Parts: sequence; C-alpha cells; structure tokens
Amino acid sequence: MIRTLDVTKIYQVGEMTVPALNGVTLSIGRGDFVSIMGPSGSGKSTFMNILGCLDLVTAGRYLLDGVDVSHFSKDELAEIRNRKMGFVFQGFNLLSRASAQENVELPMLYSGTPAGERRERAREALVKLGLEGREHHLPNQLSGGQQQRVAIARAMVNEAPLLFADEPTGNLDTKTSMEIMDLFVRLNEESHITIILVTHEMDIAAFSRRVIRFVDGVVVSDVKREA
Amino acid sequence: MVVSVWSTTKIAFRALWVNKMRSALTMLGIIIGVGSVIAMLAVGQGASEKISEQVASMGSNLLIVMSGSVTSGGLRMGSGTQMTLTLEDAYAIERECSAVAAVAPMLNGVAQVVYGNQNWSTGIQGTTPGILEVRDAALVSGRPFTDQDIRAAAKVVLLGQTVVENLFGSMDPVGQIIRIKKVPFTVIGVLEKKGQSVVGQDQDDLAYIPVTTAQKKIIGTTFAGMVRTILIKARSAGEMDRAERQITDLLRQRHRINPKGELDFSIRNLTQMLQVAEQSTRVMTLLLGAIASVSLLVGGIGIMNIMLVSVTERTREIGIRMAVGAKTWAIRMQFLVEAMTLSLSGGVIGIILGVVTSQILSRLAGWTTIISPLSVVLAFGFSGMVGIFFGFYPAYKASLLNPIEALRCE
Repeated sequence: MIRTLDVTKIYQVGEMTVPALNGVTLSIGRGDFVSIMGPSGSGKSTFMNILGCLDLVTAGRYLLDGVDVSHFSKDELAEIRNRKMGFVFQGFNLLSRASAQENVELPMLYSGTPAGERRERAREALVKLGLEGREHHLPNQLSGGQQQRVAIARAMVNEAPLLFADEPTGNLDTKTSMEIMDLFVRLNEESHITIILVTHEMDIAAFSRRVIRFVDGVVVSDVKREA
Repeated sequence: MVVSVWSTTKIAFRALWVNKMRSALTMLGIIIGVGSVIAMLAVGQGASEKISEQVASMGSNLLIVMSGSVTSGGLRMGSGTQMTLTLEDAYAIERECSAVAAVAPMLNGVAQVVYGNQNWSTGIQGTTPGILEVRDAALVSGRPFTDQDIRAAAKVVLLGQTVVENLFGSMDPVGQIIRIKKVPFTVIGVLEKKGQSVVGQDQDDLAYIPVTTAQKKIIGTTFAGMVRTILIKARSAGEMDRAERQITDLLRQRHRINPKGELDFSIRNLTQMLQVAEQSTRVMTLLLGAIASVSLLVGGIGIMNIMLVSVTERTREIGIRMAVGAKTWAIRMQFLVEAMTLSLSGGVIGIILGVVTSQILSRLAGWTTIISPLSVVLAFGFSGMVGIFFGFYPAYKASLLNPIEALRCE
C-alpha cells in the first residue's frame, strides 16, 4: 500500500540546510500495524508527515496505492488525506469550541457528505468508541482518554484505510494508554485498518506487529514480530 | 465537493460569537458607515425632492419674457429698466405662437391692502385669467377671473393664503371688500397654498388683480397697455425651445427690430434654471454619500485587522481543518464568510440605524428625508463588497499556512 523510494527531506532553516531524512526506502502493506521509533530528531515525525501527505519529499518518490504522490498539489494532498487517512495526535488536536459530535463530523464536512448522513455516521462512530451520551460535550469537558477517542472516531469516520498516530498516548496515564492501544489493535484486527504509530515508548510499540527504528534520518532496524 | 454555505455560515457565527465584544466593535465601523450613507442619502434626496416640488409649484414649462434694458450714455441698465412689452404683445403671443399653451402678462407692484382695521403690505400682480394655468395654481374657493373682468377693468381680486391669514384670520374672505391704495376691490377667490419658492420667497403673499385695473388704478405706467413681464407656459418641456423661437420672432416683428438689431426684451427659461438647482442638489447628495462611504471604508479596514488577528489566533484550528482534508478554497471560504458575516450583519444594523437617524433628523430639524430602496440595496451591497474585499487578504493568508507548522502552533 505504501512504498517509499530513497525518500530524502531537507529543511531550510535560514542559511543552513538541515537534513531530516536521508534516503529512506521501505514499504508497508495493507492491514499492517507499524511502530516507528527513534530518539527525537531522528526523522520519525518527518517520515510520518510525509507518509500522511502533510509534507512533501525533497527527493525520492512516495507511492501510495501505486500512485506517485511526491509532487501532488496542496489540494490533491488534502483530498487524499480526507479520503484515505485519519490522524491521531499527542495533543488530541480537537476544535475546542466544537462539540465531540461536530469534531467527528469535520472530515465529512470537507468530503461534502450531506448533513443528515454526517450526523448519523458521527454518532455511530462515537457510540462504537464508547462515547454514547457525550456527543454534545466540548473537548474540555472530556477526560484525556475520552478526547483521544473522539480523535480516533474522527480519524475513522470517513472509512479511511490508513491511520496515523503521532505519540497518541503521550498525554495519557498508563491505564488509559493501554485502553487506547487496545482500541488500535481492535481497529487493526477487526476493521483491517493500516496503522502507523510514532512513539518512543517500548511498551506502546509492543502492541504493533512491526517496529521500524530511525536514527539520524535513516532506518537502522526493521523488525517484524510474529503475531 | 461542496462544503455547504449553511455549515460555513454556522461556523462563522460561532467563531464571531466567541469574541462577542470584539465582533461588535468591529461591526461598529460598518454600522456607522452604512448608517451615515443611508442618512446622508436620505437628507440629500429629501432636499432634491423638495426642490422638485418647488419647481412644480412654480409652474412647469415656464418661460418669462422680460422687458429690455435701457442704454443711457453708454451705461446699460438691467433687464426691465425699459418698458417695452404691452398687453397686446401678450395677446399676440397667445394667438400666434403654436408652442405656447397659456400666457399671463404681469404688471406688478407692492401696495398696502386694507380690510376693516387690518392692513398688510403685499405684492399686487396685475394679470389675466391665464395666470392660473401658467403657474399651475388652483383656487380653494370663489371663482377665477373672466375675460369680462379684464375688458371692464373690474375691481376684483384673488388673494394668496398669507394675505388671507393676515387680513381675515379664519374668516371666509370671498365676497368681502378690501382696499388697495384706497380703491375698493371685491375678493372673488382664494388661491391654493404653494409654500416657499426655491429662494425662500413666500409664494402665497400676493394678490392678483386684472392687468387692466392695475394699469389704470394701482400701478403707474409710462404708456398705455404697458406690462412688466409676460409669463408663458409652453405646451410641453420639449416645446420650450420652439416656443422661445416663436416668441422671439413675433416680438421682433411687432417691435420692428431688424434681424441684426439688439432685442428690447429677453426670454428666460425658468424651469431650466430650477433644473440646474435640482442638479446641484443631486451632486450634493452624491458628495455627502461619498464622504459617508469613507467611513465604510474605514470600517472595512477594521474588519481586515480583526480577521488577520483571528487567523493568527486560530492557526492550530486551520491546521486541524487542513489535516482532515480542508482544501485551500474551503479555508479561504471559511474566513471570507466570517468577514462577510461581520460586514453584512453590520450592514443590516447600519441600515436600521440610518433609517432611525433620518427619521430623527426629519422630526427634530424638520428636514425632508427620503429613504429610497435603492440606497438601502446599495448600502447593503456595498457592505457585502467591503467584507469580500477586506476579508480576502486574511482568508488568503490563512489558506497559505503549512498544515504541519499550523498544527505545531499553540
């Protein structure tokens, strides 16, 4: 599903050029559950941003479902994100003034889903994640775990086959972290959603089936675990 | 992919509602701008409408033939210093000029009118039955002059409202005898009220008497049959030029002036003069409107300022929207709709304020104000355009944000 060929990313910071990725070539199959690990500054977040179509490569090619998206326009990338991808962030990144329901409806707003269907599907997604009765709460009225579940509902509501999670448990306590990770596992196994998870915690990465380690912008290890 | 206008508007309203005070202050600029445009146009249009009314009250399609000027010792005196027009000239114009609808020769002066122990100084105008048609005047009571009155130099008088009020109070004057320069006259009718003229003259402070009576008893004449001016009503506005030509040719012939000689009379197109006055008020109205729209512009700049602040404050929100798939135009549309919501809400409130202000102006200052639907539509449309124009740059700026950087922003 995902293939990168010699992907390089160089940031221009003033006069200096900072290399973040140095020729990364790998592929991730449909239904996989991958953890990307590495110390800060290793390029793992940059790699996830590129896979998530939030950023463009400096050199190399990124094939998504066989299509080279390396030089897609901003709007074409937005459409891919809308249809194929969901995002879960460390800081939840919910709209603070919108209710849980409205947050979940957001991706459907941009895919032009009719209002009635939007409401229905958003409600279903929230119920599925155990948030029944919380539809009209604002994010600051919800606990961290609940907020993250709203974010997950938002990520899967458009039936996107790909889910990106950037340190999804970074702001959560251990118990809630485990609940969220169980949720990811269930989504991966039951709904066959491909999950790409960025983390620096071993016990979080242990939930995945494949661990890719980055150091200084290159892949240093790529370990598949037996299920 | 269409993000519905309704959802976008709802989002805009919520965003504005969160910062109620800020939104209200931003709108205030537009409110004042639109309000003053509406009020100024209402005042200007009221003024020009009033002038139009006065033009109508003077009589429409009006030409005035004046006696020529005297040249004595190389010094040219003003129009009317030499009496050259006669009653016969007036009759000849009426008979022979096809573009003329009605004629009224005028011989006027000022005299004291007396009724019982009341007296009043007013303009005495010697004229003929044609005066009513020429000046678009009507009687509220009594009867007009007849040709018999003119032929017989009858001692009858038509009074204007101001004279009636001053001599008779609320009493009906018709049939009463008044004295003008000690000569008794019978009041045969009362004229309809006309109000002030363009120059502020009271058009009701006058008395009409037959021109023949004026010549013989009231106003001194240098020769028999003399009149000071002849008022002419042309058949239509389009026939005024033709009427003017016909009168010139006829009087030239009657006064035996050769084609190269200087005329001993002049013709003025009064309606034209008033139309010029009307036009200048219209220019004035536009000017007032233009000044008022400057404040609308300032209001627009206020909107741009706040929208820029808003884009900066909501960088992360923009990032989230982009991450879940908002395209460039969807982001742009969101902020544009927000700016337009501000400016159009301001516009609506401003229209209400403008209407109220012009009502207050007409109540307190007594100005005629007219709010035309066009000025309302114009002000509303203009405030919408202000929203689009000044909202575009902030919206454009928002759409250029990089989603990763926007998401990282606190």
